Amino acid sequence: MDTSPPDPQLSALYQDLILDHYRRPRNKGTLDDATHAVSLNNPLCGDEIDLQLRVDGDVIKEARFIGRGCSISQAAASMMTQLLKDRSIPQALALADRMSAMMHGDEAAARDKALGELRALAGVSKFPVRVKCALLPWNALTDAIKA
Amino acid sequence: MLDAARLRADFPLLRQRENGHPLVYLDNAATTQKPQAVLDAITEYYRTTNANVHRGAYDLAIRATEAYEAARAKLAGFVNAWAPEGVVFTRGTTEAINLVAGAYGRAHVRAGDSVVVTAMDHHSNLVPWQILCQEKGATLRMVEITEDGRIDLSDYGRALERRPKIVAFPYVSNALGTVNPAAQLARLAHAVGAVVVVDGAQSTPHLRVDVQALDCDFYALSGHKMLGPMGSGALVAKPELLDAMPPYHGGGEMISRVWDDHSTYNTIPHKFEAGTPNVEGAVGLAAAIAYLEGVGPERIAEHEQALAAAAIERLAQIEGVTVYGPRDHRAGVVSFTYGDIHPHDIATILDQDGICIRAGHHCAQPLMRRLNVPATARASFYLYNGLDDVDVLAGGLVKAGALFGYVPA
Repeated sequence: MDTSPPDPQLSALYQDLILDHYRRPRNKGTLDDATHAVSLNNPLCGDEIDLQLRVDGDVIKEARFIGRGCSISQAAASMMTQLLKDRSIPQALALADRMSAMMHGDEAAARDKALGELRALAGVSKFPVRVKCALLPWNALTDAIKA
Repeated sequence: MLDAARLRADFPLLRQRENGHPLVYLDNAATTQKPQAVLDAITEYYRTTNANVHRGAYDLAIRATEAYEAARAKLAGFVNAWAPEGVVFTRGTTEAINLVAGAYGRAHVRAGDSVVVTAMDHHSNLVPWQILCQEKGATLRMVEITEDGRIDLSDYGRALERRPKIVAFPYVSNALGTVNPAAQLARLAHAVGAVVVVDGAQSTPHLRVDVQALDCDFYALSGHKMLGPMGSGALVAKPELLDAMPPYHGGGEMISRVWDDHSTYNTIPHKFEAGTPNVEGAVGLAAAIAYLEGVGPERIAEHEQALAAAAIERLAQIEGVTVYGPRDHRAGVVSFTYGDIHPHDIATILDQDGICIRAGHHCAQPLMRRLNVPATARASFYLYNGLDDVDVLAGGLVKAGALFGYVPA
């Protein structure tokens, strides 16, 4: 049996912070007074997210989600809902762009403190088939805002 | 068991490394690798025999036609088809089932009729029937499965009480590996006058198949899951049913005489093979069948059952692993979950060790809902896999557990 230590890229992918968000997702649930809601799934792998926002004027007051899927998609959703609180819509869309850039290997984006804990997901960019997992909640966000 | 290491040497792709590790290919229910003999047959066809079939007046075209028709006869023999003209070449199982739904189904299913499928059917043996039933105003009845992943025979009996026009089921489940009692299911369906459609995508590569002994009416298979090329496959059918069916696709080859406003059609199987066929695919599939016959379908089945049993035993020793499907009557497919580690995460971690498995819903979303899981991880074996591959799989899972904090690394 192969008992060599895990690949460093794998250790970077599955950091404690990501597993913590996967197992104890923040802002999981629904909002009674949501102003925006969207359901999105990835038909290839079955990952699902229902995202709800309460937007007051131009500001996201609260974001909650219900989701089923891999550690990457669920951690990304949990971290995203934390980050969105009290952001304006343009700020939220700018963060979505930043997140997308990081997922496509942009190293400056990966160092951008604006992404907060989401920077822990930078390692996903080394696994191209998993990028869609990390971006699923962000795609739900842009769909919800543009709907 | 088979000498898997010796067989592996016949498969050039299996010699390559993935992510710095020897490739351990355990996604054979999705597609299989090809032996050199299949690659050679395809190359040889294009080097020496290529011409359009059934229309050439020259010797080269006659040889191409002979190669194509010899492949049909080879496949007919392999599954004990009713007759070679009962073998229609298709792009695979999906097209074969769509052909039955689109030609037989459209001609025979009417409003108020019912069509029966099972909760373990692949989407390819479900969605064509959904489309047909929606178009016709017919009822689609899905037969439930038992907790251990078999077709629930009492529910099957209830579904037959409505005297369905068509009953469709898989011989072997792609997601669970369950080997269904196909002959018994066919007999029960025939007793109420239904026509029986068997999805043979997972059985043809792995068992000795005899469609006449099964006594089904239509049997669909894919070449790429049995060492043949992608885009090859067939519908094997009772010739009298095919003969009475309206055509499926219109075009060249399938016609007899064409007038301005109507046409008469060619004899079977050509009536269902519009356009230039995939001769390369048929020739490659025939070479794959020759290879499988050389090893022996019975020995392949025995080998894979031993591998599945060994894998189930090894996986059961890992705390947190759940294996789905029945304990016996199963083929070389092992579907499992591991604690709260999502199957996609398992697949990513295993891939770093060169291990290819499938993670997801396996094109069987109704089944996943019944198992109450969003997805499973699936290891599926073939003749070139050995017990060493089972060891590597188990080792990779222990690693995944360590990364997710299950077992000390």
